[in-house]
Amino acid sequence: MSDEYDNNKSYQAQSSEVMDGSTGSVNPDIDYVRPAEVGEQDLYHGHSFIEKWVFCQDAKVIGVQYFLTAVFTGIVGLILSWLMRLQLGFPELAGFMTAEHYYQFVTMHGMIMVVYFLTALFLGGFGNYLIPLMVGARDMVFPYVNMLSFWMFFVAVAVLMASFFVPGGPTGAGWTLYPPQTILEGTPGSGMGILLMLISLSLFVIGFTMGGLNYMITILQARTRGMTLMRMPLTVWGIFTATVLAMLAFPALLVSAIMMTLDKVLQTSFFMPTILKAGEVLEYGGGSPILFQHLFWFFGHPEVYIVALPAFGIVSDLISVHARKNIFGYRMMVWAIVGIGGLSFFVWAHHMYVSGMNPWFGFFFATTTLIIAVPTAMKVYNWILTLWRGNIRINTVMLWCLGFIVTFVNGGITGIFLGNVSVDVPLSDTYFVIAHFHMVMGIAPLMVIMGAVYHWFPLVAGKMLHEGLGKWHFWITFLGAYSIYFPMHYLGFIGVPRRYFEMYDSPYMTSAVGMNEFISIAAFIVGAAQFILVFNIIKTLKTGKKAEQNPWKANSLEWYTSTVPPEHGNFGERLPVVHRWPYDFSVPGAKDDFIPQTTAPSEVIHTEVEKT
Amino acid sequence: MHAGIIFLLVIIGSVLFHVFTPWYWTDIASNWGGMDDTITLTFWVGGGVFVAVCLFMIYCVFRYSHKEDRRAEYKPEDKKLEKILTWATTLGVAALLAPGLIIWNQYVNVPKNAIEVDVMAWQWGWQYRLPGADGKLGTTQVRNIADNNPFGINPDDPFGRDDIMVESDVINLENNRPVKILLRSVDVLHNWYVPQFRAKMDAVPGTVTFYWFEPNKVGEYEVLCAEYCGVGHYAMRGGVEVQDKADYEVWLSEQETFEELSARYEKLNVDGNKLAKK
Repeated sequence: MSDEYDNNKSYQAQSSEVMDGSTGSVNPDIDYVRPAEVGEQDLYHGHSFIEKWVFCQDAKVIGVQYFLTAVFTGIVGLILSWLMRLQLGFPELAGFMTAEHYYQFVTMHGMIMVVYFLTALFLGGFGNYLIPLMVGARDMVFPYVNMLSFWMFFVAVAVLMASFFVPGGPTGAGWTLYPPQTILEGTPGSGMGILLMLISLSLFVIGFTMGGLNYMITILQARTRGMTLMRMPLTVWGIFTATVLAMLAFPALLVSAIMMTLDKVLQTSFFMPTILKAGEVLEYGGGSPILFQHLFWFFGHPEVYIVALPAFGIVSDLISVHARKNIFGYRMMVWAIVGIGGLSFFVWAHHMYVSGMNPWFGFFFATTTLIIAVPTAMKVYNWILTLWRGNIRINTVMLWCLGFIVTFVNGGITGIFLGNVSVDVPLSDTYFVIAHFHMVMGIAPLMVIMGAVYHWFPLVAGKMLHEGLGKWHFWITFLGAYSIYFPMHYLGFIGVPRRYFEMYDSPYMTSAVGMNEFISIAAFIVGAAQFILVFNIIKTLKTGKKAEQNPWKANSLEWYTSTVPPEHGNFGERLPVVHRWPYDFSVPGAKDDFIPQTTAPSEVIHTEVEKT
Repeated sequence: MHAGIIFLLVIIGSVLFHVFTPWYWTDIASNWGGMDDTITLTFWVGGGVFVAVCLFMIYCVFRYSHKEDRRAEYKPEDKKLEKILTWATTLGVAALLAPGLIIWNQYVNVPKNAIEVDVMAWQWGWQYRLPGADGKLGTTQVRNIADNNPFGINPDDPFGRDDIMVESDVINLENNRPVKILLRSVDVLHNWYVPQFRAKMDAVPGTVTFYWFEPNKVGEYEVLCAEYCGVGHYAMRGGVEVQDKADYEVWLSEQETFEELSARYEKLNVDGNKLAKK
């Protein structure tokens, strides 16, 4: 399938203004695209059911596998959150739940949602499905390693779930796994539970590294002809930067997991000082619990952006397509993504203002943290400026995007409270923190995921999801989630600490009992509403309306495959050649309100294209 | 259309909730009013941005919703606008950061006249120690901890002999006198937190951490552990009683020094041995 693209469609030079300036000189042929420098890869096509659907090397199938596995863990995480809310809102109904159970649910909910759900879903799911399609490649550059990546993730999930069934149950150390309590008795699951957690995390990192290498190298090396970096959809920029972050951040998690395993199994003292337990001095000494926190957050803060950056990218594309308007300030958006990614490695200790680290660090990390607010705010401005003077379709996809803007700005603003060191002092370790991070990295990315599901489902399955059900799904989820987390900030102002199994009759809590019941009821409803989507998907697959090719009239390459849904190899005989950025919507002079990336300048001669 | 109205109601509802909320700060009882003020400032600036961004978005939803016969504007970039927005945001952020850093500077610099209070945390409870007449706390070591030496004070350290041992999970403090809280833990992370004082810091085994505040309201307060420390975390409570100088001094004179405590245990031992011999 080598692609010897001879310029068999040649055009006379008519307008040189629209040329991409990167060639340096004005070329007489306005449709000229540099020839490919590398040959095409040979793909291994599966022959049996197992090769096609189980141990498959097609990135699209791997993406769906990642997606479904991540959603399974997400449902487990959702059920755990219901149990937690039952205890907090209606403890009299949760008689079966002990403090041990509660802390185990808290821990597993957090770890599952952050790592096994959101990270796997954005990078493993959307990354695998969209990267090759959007950059115009036939597949990832290392398909076999890509397959291994998913199955390593699968084993990691299996090990994690197995920890529910071992003696002592899963770890209840909180998702941050702070030593020394994590591996000491007095914390639930400090035996087998924590070991399985650490093993599972290590497997996840190994599997993720295999996938991450693929995403990075595919984006850098396998883009089709004409797809310059500055013509890539922001989705790809977001996933690319997030992957670079992950490659740099996950090793810190792996190292801390290995060290903690050694502390647990071989009684080394990486993180363990001299400890007195039940009157006995344990065989530890000299280790530093704060060292673990530095390692953990060196991973943990970029991790926030590993989730957020793909969401930023995807939502930019969705807003642009459905507002029928180019994304405003594309270059600013790209540099904001890269800048946020870079800065995210210099802010980690804002999670540790009151950890007992040297207090002078506070000045540095508060400053870096608030600097990050600037590129983030620029992204928000550019999203709403993209809506401005647009021609906005208020469909399900757009609703999720609007929901994202509201929840993300809300959560971003509360981040300025917590990042500003002395403001963090009264608020840290209270419900304000819970409300903040759920709003900004729970609900906001979830809004994007949902929007992306409604947007790309026609591509993946060839059928349109039901709009009416989609709108119900959106409104219940958005209004419900907002009424969970918005009032929760005020519990934090009162001073209610997080990770409390119950409050007894503390004066701080008695005034907030009603609110807790309300939040719990909202949580039950929002959780249940997610099954509307499950129902919608099943119904659509059975009886749904068949999707036409490119139903949203988008420009990016994934909608211009030879078949819908795309087959293995994506683009049929010839790879597409790219002539422009993916945001040429509503260009003056063009017949339609969109110009696909594959359209040559000579075909739209009379348009006033400003950017290619 | 409906979408815009619902979003608008959400924003109005948020503002109303903030104005009428019955849930807000517990009354402050320390010198850290500046933290509350910075929060209030951040609320106005941040809340303003939130409302403005959302209202602009809602306006766009009303004004520019899809019509077949209309085209969106085509304008990839606007350098001037982007520059203005960048600088305005930078200024706003700097204005919020400045007071935050100024207060942090106060937070990490303990006044000279602060009285030291040694707080020892363990799963799951609190103990307190105050310096004796010499004004200095004796050095400690985890390995020395025993029934007759709950803080592990080094027996050879002359400064430790007169340390005052508070045998209660409630500590009394003198009103309007700065306190430097020294935190130590014998097992896992803890955090000695009184919501009314606003301040907090983790206790970390293997090291001593600190923070300071000046209580300014007489009364009794509940101490909560604010750093997850295992299954008893939620039950790890203590107390503070802030008293006027006269009352405080009466309370202080009733406390036992380390020397007295050691003597008491020795006597117990001797008595116990006598009992055993009989």
